[in-house]
Amino acid sequence: MSKKYHVTTTVNGDGYEYLCEAQQTLLDVLRDELQLAGTKEGCATGDCGACTVMVDGTMVCACLVLAVETDGAKVDTIEGMAQGDKLHPLQQKFLELNGSQCGICTPGILIAARALLARNPDPTETEIRYWLAGNLCRCTGYDKIIRSVQAAAKEMRGA
Amino acid sequence: MATILEKSGFNPDKKLKIVGSSPIKHDGIDKVTGRAKFGADMYLPGMLVGKILRSPHAHAIIKSIDISAAEKLPGVKAVICRDDFPEIKAGSADGDMTRNAMAREKALYDGHPVAAVAATSESIAKEALKLIKVEYEVLPHVIDPVEAMKPDAPILHDYLRTKGVKGADQPTNVVERYELGIGDVAAGFAEADVIVEREFDTKPMHQGYIEPQGCVASTTEDGQIELWCSTQAPWVYRDRLSNILKIETAKIRIQQSEMGGGFGGKTGFYPEPIAIQLSRKARRPVKIALTRNEVFRATGPVSGTKSRIKIGCKKDGTITAAEAELIFQTGPFTGSAFTNAPQAMFTRYALKNVKTVSYEVVSNRPKVNSFRAPCVPQVVFGVEGVIEELARKIGMDPIDFRLKNAATEGYKTIYGETFGPIGFVETLEAAKKCDHYRTPVPPGQGRGTASGFWFNRGGETTGTLNIGIDGSVTLILGTTDVAGSRISISMMAAEELGIPVDKVRAVMADTHSLGFNRVTAGSRTTFSTGMVIIDSARKAIAELCKRAAGLWGVSPDAVTFEDGYCKPAGANVGNFEPLSIAQIAAKTMATHGAIAGHSEMNVTGAGPGFGLHIVDVAVDQETGRVDIKRYTVVEDAGKAIHRLQVEGQFQGGAVQGIGWALNEEYCYGKDGRLENPSFLDYRMPVASDVPMIDTEIVEIPNPRHPYGLRGVGEVPVVPTMAAIANAIGQCIGVRPQSLPMSPPKLLKLIDDHKAKK
Repeated sequence: MSKKYHVTTTVNGDGYEYLCEAQQTLLDVLRDELQLAGTKEGCATGDCGACTVMVDGTMVCACLVLAVETDGAKVDTIEGMAQGDKLHPLQQKFLELNGSQCGICTPGILIAARALLARNPDPTETEIRYWLAGNLCRCTGYDKIIRSVQAAAKEMRGA
Repeated sequence: MATILEKSGFNPDKKLKIVGSSPIKHDGIDKVTGRAKFGADMYLPGMLVGKILRSPHAHAIIKSIDISAAEKLPGVKAVICRDDFPEIKAGSADGDMTRNAMAREKALYDGHPVAAVAATSESIAKEALKLIKVEYEVLPHVIDPVEAMKPDAPILHDYLRTKGVKGADQPTNVVERYELGIGDVAAGFAEADVIVEREFDTKPMHQGYIEPQGCVASTTEDGQIELWCSTQAPWVYRDRLSNILKIETAKIRIQQSEMGGGFGGKTGFYPEPIAIQLSRKARRPVKIALTRNEVFRATGPVSGTKSRIKIGCKKDGTITAAEAELIFQTGPFTGSAFTNAPQAMFTRYALKNVKTVSYEVVSNRPKVNSFRAPCVPQVVFGVEGVIEELARKIGMDPIDFRLKNAATEGYKTIYGETFGPIGFVETLEAAKKCDHYRTPVPPGQGRGTASGFWFNRGGETTGTLNIGIDGSVTLILGTTDVAGSRISISMMAAEELGIPVDKVRAVMADTHSLGFNRVTAGSRTTFSTGMVIIDSARKAIAELCKRAAGLWGVSPDAVTFEDGYCKPAGANVGNFEPLSIAQIAAKTMATHGAIAGHSEMNVTGAGPGFGLHIVDVAVDQETGRVDIKRYTVVEDAGKAIHRLQVEGQFQGGAVQGIGWALNEEYCYGKDGRLENPSFLDYRMPVASDVPMIDTEIVEIPNPRHPYGLRGVGEVPVVPTMAAIANAIGQCIGVRPQSLPMSPPKLLKLIDDHKAKK
């Protein structure tokens, strides 16, 4: 048995305590220990963005962060994006404009897009494309993803 | 059963309320909130972690495997290798399948599974893999298919003899020689004023689904198996697993998960038989989620090809003959579906003289798997290059050249089918009229076009429609929802029943709940499952009419169904208020039982699909980098059931093709190991690589379907690489003949071309 470490953290506003091995990533723990499986593993090398989450307000690939590093941190995942029955405008626009096809990349893209709009409420198409360049999608050709982000940004600006 | 096929009820004048709109898909909410459960998202009590030991050698005899030390590691619950799989004769279909799942006599590619472990944690499972001792005798290997065809090439299988060659009695790597033709090509070329002959090669690419294969197998003490997995083919998996593991199909229940992309790559299993055998040994549920490295090294890339293509035409543009020689690499086992290529490569042109010879060749690479229009885009890359070159040589617009030769209704294809109503001409005309084609090519850019064809498919399909006591409706579908078929099929059910689509919900069945369904592939799903559910709806409607007749005390044929209501068929029947589905259900289901429709068909009548792509590119002459500036997909959908999803198919296919065209390839070292098994080194298109993809949906209905639909999943990738190569050719003065058109290769082409001048 490998040695286990005690971690205390907040995920989507809820307090959690768990034991993990030193080499376990935040992604491993979110999925396998906390069973918050909305965060996806596409590569485990930080190349696909399917595991994008926020740690203390910074966008990260959960596969590149060790779980022990998040002791005391505040983690936000896709499961915390909707507020009660109210979807985030990005979630709503991805539904309306078909920004999600198979859906495996969708959680990561939504988290990344929300981080973009928090920094830049009115991004150009190019800015959206470069911001999301770390999030692979193989189904959509990106067109409807970009349009969904644009539409959500517009709505959030009240434009 | 066949009535719906003979009389599809297709009515071009029928005003549709739901079909052709774009409602939010019912499974969408799960996908934007993280609830959707994919292959790796299943967690069962007591579940173990499965890990696979893979061959580091491209070709090696496995002399011995010692699992004893691994078995002794605390936390390890099962270790398996070839000894845990039933012996099946090499060279048979099942023999190939079991050997690809777990190596037996030899390891045949870098990444070939040789053993597996189930343990209480991932770290223990990984530790245990290190304790398995495999003794290999490394053999010479061969990666390139042309090398593999040479007489002195290392032989993969001693038993292999070339199919389709008389008197072939020597071991070989050539699985099959396949000849297909019509007419007389020598006479055809003699009539030609211009002949162009070129050689092309394309590299294997990976389907690139973002979700690695993931599954959970759970078995009982008495041998019943439940398998949760990400698959395009639950019934095919079940039947094949039954064959290779020698378990009755009734004891294997497969529940498909949400599938995080497949594109053909999830039509054959990989970790599933291993998870089952581990679970049978450990008597606990076992999850195996492949890593990306494993996905690249050991799951289905697409066939790489070499081709020689020759086409001749008259000065007026009439093509007089076409000839092709094609080589397809298939990995260590047959199964590339390469015969699609000669059947489809020229099909869309009304040719009279065609000759093709195709070869399928084994080599020490992972076994190929299907990918959108299997084996066709690779060779259309060449065909459409020659087509544009001919058009330019005789001074004709390339779309006009295609129009001059376009197949129309009544043309008998090389594979024997005579076309019904098809939309190739209309697709070409729509392309000529679209804004992109009418806009002059911007300075410094090049424009290319290319066209493509896919058969579209039908096949064995089952489904059930159940009406609830409140008149809402549930559907049980056997095919996989690869990109929104649940909503598309719900829309067709709602249209038939005259109810809002929100009153319908569809689920994907497990293999115990319905009869056999063929793979979800070949652009067959919305078409075939749509047929089955429409048939089910019509059966349910007949029952609704019977119930209404009973309530009114009239004969069932005195009742008609319209817009969601049973009504008296005429004034003579009596004065009855129309009854809604909900009213009939509420009044009769408690007394007369459920109202449902079920259907199973071997669906025929798929309508061929055609597309034309237009692309503008800029090429950086100093770096060889290509920028896709503008891209338009024009394609005949027959009828777009859900318009946004049809557009999504067009756009997604085109961008996959952009990756295949510009970057994607497998790189092998001299040692036969894959050098780029990661998304960092295997570079798929990212959002900043591509522009918006414009779409033009042509709708020439397929009269064999009640709503006229064809199928739209395959065609969007067929012309892409050809169109981009043609555009690059316009930019740099020489048309690339080798994929990928990556910066170093393109730079060399530019430099060589300049040097020649």
